[in-house]
Amino acid sequence: MGAGLAVVTLRNIIHSAVAMMVCFGSLAGMYALLGAPIVAAAQVLIYLGAISVLILFAIMLTQAGDANLPAPFHRQVPIAAVISLAIAGLVGWAVIQTDWPAAAEAAAAAVEDIATAIFTEFALPFEIISLLLLVAIIGAIYLARRPEEDERAN
Amino acid sequence: MGLQGYLIVSALLFAIGTFGFMARRNAILMLISLELMFNAVNLSLVAFNAFLPPASNAGAVFALMIMAVAAAEVTVGLALVIAIIRTRQTAEVDQYADLKE
Repeated sequence: MGAGLAVVTLRNIIHSAVAMMVCFGSLAGMYALLGAPIVAAAQVLIYLGAISVLILFAIMLTQAGDANLPAPFHRQVPIAAVISLAIAGLVGWAVIQTDWPAAAEAAAAAVEDIATAIFTEFALPFEIISLLLLVAIIGAIYLARRPEEDERAN
Repeated sequence: MGLQGYLIVSALLFAIGTFGFMARRNAILMLISLELMFNAVNLSLVAFNAFLPPASNAGAVFALMIMAVAAAEVTVGLALVIAIIRTRQTAEVDQYADLKE
């Protein structure tokens, strides 16, 4: 939580990226507490491993030097604060008002059950996800190609 | 901490992500805020899955799929941001106003 708040308020973008990593790590801990070890492992692998490194690389590629850091916030800070506070208030109020069935124990989800569910009940979404990842890879390669290189290729 | 605690943490995280997305000026920071929102939704899905067990672990499966989609999204998003930064020499979204017609 505090790390999440630090992500959006810190002025230096590298500091906020590190705060993001802390936030993702604590979320992985929460997943482990909730009895979903496979989700926790995927969180560590995908977010802490892949996405954080990707974002740090992007920051280091794009920020030549932090000589004059501009003001980090937009001029629409007040309206953004109002909208996000409204979201938090509404959702929190709904959560508190609702009578949840008293399931005090967090039921552990077995890895075998999740695997069976992925490959039987959710097989079609699984295949679509793989297609989406392929499209994303091709798109990223196309976008990241430098213009000089394809002039040389022609 | 019961279901309500997890859901409130998730709501606050989502609100923080919304605030960051709307208030920050750096394009990469906006992507990071999007990731925060994804994670908030994931947390609530996994919490529902753990505390209200219906069958078939749909919440955990959905969380895994959201993670895959988020990975694809951040890949393409960062490639776009880097391409734009390479031509504009800035990461501030205010400077992109000339992209409109």
